[in-house]
Amino acid sequence: MQNSIGAPKQRLSLSDPKVRAWLFQIITIVAVVSMGWYLFDNTQTNLQHRGITSGFDFLERSAGFGIAQTLIDYTESDSYARVFVIGLLNTLLVTFIGVILATILGFIVGVSRLSKNWIIAKLATVYVEVFRNIPPLLQILFWYFAVFLTMPGPRNSHNFGDTFFVSSRGLNMPAALTADGFWPFVASIGVAIVAIVLMNRWATQRFEATGVPFHKFWVGLALFLLIPALCALIFGTPLHWELPKLQGFNFVGGWVLIPELLALTLALTVYTAAFIAEIVRSGIKSVSHGQTEAAHSLGLRNGPTLRKVIIPQALRVIIPPLTSQYLNLAKNSSLAAGIGYPEMVSLFAGTVLNQTGQAIEVIAITMSVYLAISISISLLMNWYNKRIALIER
Amino acid sequence: MSTHTFKPDMPPPSSSIGVVAWMRANMFSNWLNSLLTLFAFYLIYLVVPPLLQWAVIDANWVGTSQADCTKEGACWVFIQQRFGQFMYGYYPVDMRWRVDLTVWLAVIGVAPLFISRFPRKAVYGLSFLVLYPIIAWCLLHGGVFGLTQVATSQWGGLMLTLVIATVGIAGALPLGIILALGRRSNMPAIRVVCVTFIEFWRGVPLITVLFMSSVMLPLFLPEGMNFDKLLRALIGVILFQSAYVAEVVRGGLQAIPKGQYEAAAAMGLGYWRSMGLVILPQALKLVIPGIVNTFIALFKDTSLVIIIGLFDLLNSVKQAAADPKWLGMATEGYVFAALVFWIFCFGMSRYSMHLERKLDTGHKR
Repeated sequence: MQNSIGAPKQRLSLSDPKVRAWLFQIITIVAVVSMGWYLFDNTQTNLQHRGITSGFDFLERSAGFGIAQTLIDYTESDSYARVFVIGLLNTLLVTFIGVILATILGFIVGVSRLSKNWIIAKLATVYVEVFRNIPPLLQILFWYFAVFLTMPGPRNSHNFGDTFFVSSRGLNMPAALTADGFWPFVASIGVAIVAIVLMNRWATQRFEATGVPFHKFWVGLALFLLIPALCALIFGTPLHWELPKLQGFNFVGGWVLIPELLALTLALTVYTAAFIAEIVRSGIKSVSHGQTEAAHSLGLRNGPTLRKVIIPQALRVIIPPLTSQYLNLAKNSSLAAGIGYPEMVSLFAGTVLNQTGQAIEVIAITMSVYLAISISISLLMNWYNKRIALIER
Repeated sequence: MSTHTFKPDMPPPSSSIGVVAWMRANMFSNWLNSLLTLFAFYLIYLVVPPLLQWAVIDANWVGTSQADCTKEGACWVFIQQRFGQFMYGYYPVDMRWRVDLTVWLAVIGVAPLFISRFPRKAVYGLSFLVLYPIIAWCLLHGGVFGLTQVATSQWGGLMLTLVIATVGIAGALPLGIILALGRRSNMPAIRVVCVTFIEFWRGVPLITVLFMSSVMLPLFLPEGMNFDKLLRALIGVILFQSAYVAEVVRGGLQAIPKGQYEAAAAMGLGYWRSMGLVILPQALKLVIPGIVNTFIALFKDTSLVIIIGLFDLLNSVKQAAADPKWLGMATEGYVFAALVFWIFCFGMSRYSMHLERKLDTGHKR
């Protein structure tokens, strides 16, 4: 025996925590794998008995149904794969519009709740308490069935200055068509942005070297307005507007937002804004009053205090829950299935699943899209959190 | 010798007390505030009078059919006539007392838990948790003790909403606690399994989960084994919700100072006993408000079962509004449903805030 006296021979025993840990883990893995195998096996037999062939070949087949709103060209003979892309784009469209509007509304309401004006603060509180306690699906159905579908038809539509029309067919609005000056205009905006960046760099350098401040904001604004305006004068207007006109029973020309889209974005905006308002309020309140006083005693005025002291600290608290609200909005856009707006779930997991019967593939694709969205957002969030985390000493 | 007597204080100037001063300070302190106040009044003027006009003054309260709704405003007759359907769905009319009895039993059974002096609360609560579901199932579903069987396809209305929400949270709680413990475990395999499970369910919308449970679950199970629709929806809801509960509970576990874990270990307690006797009682107390908040979210989410064709409160309203005998009643129906949901959610959120204050015993760091 080579063993020295101090180290007794290792023996496998259940009283050793390491052995138990290994045992537990092996049991868990075996249980998970056998459960997965059991489900997989059942599925295989069930599919065979029902005569369903699995696989993703169905994506190539022609869809053969119309879609109310598509962002890219689509005909009924296009494939299911194209239907998937359309659904995905529509989901992203609703999410994009919803995120922007909900952020604006949410910030306004959140700041209003902290207002010194009693009635404004109370109104904001009522807004938050009413809308966050009503299920989003109910709000969507309400806007769709009780508001938009009961609007008058196109002939008696609500007319806003002969440019916007709201009727049971949705919102008709002028279309922006590109004119001769469009590409020069886009280029001029790029030039303006580059000019602003350069100006900013120069002003910062001069300020650090000599201490002479520069009116960065006003000069920047002037650059941003003047360069494109000059360009429009030289090359002609960038866009011309095509107004919708009533012809027969419906509108011709212009763009139309279908009522499903309107109801969905409105409901999701109003619902999510209530949550964002609460996040904004708690974020601002989390910055203690001492910070304001310290900034004032250093000689900062109200504006710089807000911009350089309060907002950066409040954003650290606001942004993580804010992104999870954005994520919720993206997931809630799937509620469109209740009113038939053609996005991922209602179009792909609804219509396509019913037509092809490829339940497993369709659901797997749908779920992985949402998983991909949420995982990428949470990765982004983790990176951001690490970047802004307080460095404590 | 004359004593000097003070004159009584002058009253404060009239501009610094009373309604006028309050309004000046809180509504018209400067021109911007005054403008905002006027704007707020304009908003109120735009919304409130027409709403009152529609919902109360011009509303129709009595009658039996749409023909009785002659006035301009809301037709609450519709709600009155369909109230039974909104509350019980297609549950047979002569057996609705069973639903009422179940609800009353719950109210009476839970009430002692809210009395702070009630003895042996834990024992009572646990036995209630075990016994009540059995009684409720016997009462609602029937088929035993001479009660006629009522198939779950006939359940509906607010009753179904409550069933899904309570069963969902009751099932999700134990699963969520186990998942949260697993996520903080030292064993990598168990941690990976739990993290994957939690992140998967948190990453997908509930609708796709319901789709999955209604379309894919029958494929997963051996042939001939069939669940009814409600049970499939419940399984989906429980799995989905357990991931959210797990994250809330994890927050509580993380808030317990490391010293507590070390103290428990120093006392010679093993993993399960240190968790069960030391860590979890403190952690769960911390997260009760969070769990109430997840319950509110779940309560709102139950409305999604409309997608797989269960008749909860919202779907009952939608169905009733599509009835040709009551055309154009969508607004009244949805306003009623919104009011019911709002009362439940608002009440619970207030309760959660109250708990947060009551249970705050200084664990916050």
